[in-house]
Amino acid sequence: MGSFFQDQGVRFKSAKDSTLNLPWIEKYRPKSLNNISAQEDTLITLKNSKDNLPHMLFYGPPGTGKTSTILALARELFGPELMKSRVLELNASHERGIDVIRERVKNYARSFIISDSDRNNQCPGFKIIILDEADSLTKDAQEALRRTMEKYSELTRFCLICNQISCIIPALKSRCTLFRFKSIGIDNMRNRLTYICEQEGIDYYPEAMDELIKDSQGDLRKAISWLNNASKLHKDDRVTVDTIKETVGIVPDDIINGLIESAASKSYDKIQETVNDVIASGYFGKQVIEQVFLKVLQDLRINEDHKCNIGESLGIIDKRLVDGGCELFQVLSLMCAISKNMD
Amino acid sequence: MSLWVDEYRPKSLEELTYHSDLTKRLKILASSEDFPHLLVYGPSGAGKKTRISCLLRELFGEGVQKLKTDIQTFTNSSSRKIDITVVSSKYHLEITPNEVGFSDRLVVQEFLKDVAQTKQVDLSIKHDFKVVIIHEADLLTRESQAALRRTMELYMSNVRLILCCKSPSKIIDPIRSRCLLIRVPAPTIDEIITILINIAKKTNVNLPLKVAKLIADQSNRDLRKAILSFESLYMEYDVLKDNIRYRFTDWEEIINDIANKISLHYNPENLENIRDLLYELLNTYILPSNLIKYLFLAIVRRADESVKFEILEKAAEFEHRIVTGSKALIHIEAFVINAMYIIGRYKNGLGTISMDID
Ligand SMILES: Nc1ncnc2c1ncn2[C@@H]1O[C@H](COP(=O)(O)OP(=O)(O)OP(=O)(O)O)[C@@H](O)[C@H]1O
Ligand SMILES: [Mg+2]
Repeated sequence: MGSFFQDQGVRFKSAKDSTLNLPWIEKYRPKSLNNISAQEDTLITLKNSKDNLPHMLFYGPPGTGKTSTILALARELFGPELMKSRVLELNASHERGIDVIRERVKNYARSFIISDSDRNNQCPGFKIIILDEADSLTKDAQEALRRTMEKYSELTRFCLICNQISCIIPALKSRCTLFRFKSIGIDNMRNRLTYICEQEGIDYYPEAMDELIKDSQGDLRKAISWLNNASKLHKDDRVTVDTIKETVGIVPDDIINGLIESAASKSYDKIQETVNDVIASGYFGKQVIEQVFLKVLQDLRINEDHKCNIGESLGIIDKRLVDGGCELFQVLSLMCAISKNMD
Repeated sequence: MSLWVDEYRPKSLEELTYHSDLTKRLKILASSEDFPHLLVYGPSGAGKKTRISCLLRELFGEGVQKLKTDIQTFTNSSSRKIDITVVSSKYHLEITPNEVGFSDRLVVQEFLKDVAQTKQVDLSIKHDFKVVIIHEADLLTRESQAALRRTMELYMSNVRLILCCKSPSKIIDPIRSRCLLIRVPAPTIDEIITILINIAKKTNVNLPLKVAKLIADQSNRDLRKAILSFESLYMEYDVLKDNIRYRFTDWEEIINDIANKISLHYNPENLENIRDLLYELLNTYILPSNLIKYLFLAIVRRADESVKFEILEKAAEFEHRIVTGSKALIHIEAFVINAMYIIGRYKNGLGTISMDID
């Protein structure tokens, strides 16, 4: 503990050091507000309030530009150098219990800006504290923040970032201006990914791009990172749909169909044998059950009531898998539930 | 002398026999400039560790296979000391954070920070990053996984992670999408037979095809298990004849015994007997979740088709309780009672037994 100022150093150093070897999600992290895709409303409001920034709360699904936006805003306000001393970024990897909020954050929040050279340009006279991944802040820590936020708002602006706004206590919410980040639409997604492919000289089949966009479901980080990974496996040839699927961990269609057919056979032994094979091939439970369910929804042999029953089982099974339940049992369970609900 | 599983473990990518597509992809990866974080997953005994070790050798050369083991100590915020075993070479480090239970967030963070801050000393090598292998990554706590999100991005310039686990179901999305997924399927029965025959050649043991097939069939596609039972069969019989009897391990015998008792009939005396056996298994041989899995498979093998679905439902329910609950034996026993009840009801014809167990 006690070294998060140092961590900041590490980040800025690494960003300068070798952009070549950086993963694309860092390399293509927007450097200015103008480079942020899709979040037009948020950007307009932010640009207009640059001179007199409120406390902010960014919320929205993963990979939609929340962290990037605040970092870009800070860079525009302070410039890359001054940013180091004016911005404190704390995320879930830091110790952030109530003690840290009471001591460190408070001390940083109330400290004055000393250096004169800072003041001579037009940059604003406050600091920014970014509490990223704030979903994981305890309620106690959030309570402790209330006072600090109010008391030192002359000197410091807070930016809280989270995925689920329900994790933030109302008292904090009411102190902040809320900014909702929408999941990235298909067109914006395609534009950004195509741009990166051009920059990196990556060739791809159009279907591969479609697959990538479909699988990432509005999460641009996922899409960029998958593209980055898939491209590693294709040095000189075009990126294919299959590589994308393998990178994402998608289970091939024939395997999913095989599972459903085994359920249709109504024979327990047949189902167990099939599931056993799928697990032995390394496909992972969570992905398998999600894809199986999507197929079930399209299956004309199963009526609507039965689909509801299966959906209910799916909920239980998904929970058990996330808790660490045995993959074989849980996938088997789902297949048996499907089998029972087929006529 | 070391066990055959260790002695005949392939050391380089070239020596790997099955999954040649995967091997090819690892080769491409190793030659690329920007090596990504990896998430390697697949069932146990599929050869994940071996493959990773071969990959590292491709990256760094033979030196990476000269391993030493240390204990590193970290201190948490209430000044408690936490020890973790670190296996390392000059180029990489391996930890199993599950060792330290709920302190894993602190340990993983501190550990990675240390690694990130020490520069690679050997300037002659091809890559200037260190590799950190995290074993049993699916057992990392949620907090620890959340903490890895930014860390994986910030330290990327000199650390690469290889997360290794049976299944990524429990690994949160943001971590999964930061890694290149590498799926390692279990070898097929035929591939296992080929490997066994290869080992037989190297050790000058005569292994009839029939015996090789028998061993492979019993292995449930777990290569480690197959090689181990090949070696112990050889130790026992010396000459492996065609008509040899397969030797189950001690715990397999006990599980079969329990399954027989359950399948006989519902009888409280039986239950006490079974409890002793379960206790013995848990104390000496096998993890609770494996126990219930193999026990279930053994029971189902003996049961009538009409009750299998029902028994499965119970197994899936109670196995989950083992994971989330605290005392495994309770839930295993509950499963046993339920299985007995279901089978008993079936054997006595529907409805003639009336027992209230719920
Ligand atoms: N709106 C966007 N415009 C351009 N790039 C984006 C956008 N959103 C995400 N990205 C890309 O995805 C990466 C991750 O984005 P960012 O860290 O801002 O996501 P986030 O919203 O903070 O996600 P999380 O909730 O998981 O923390 C960025 O480095 C960038 O490459
Ligand atoms: Mg973020």
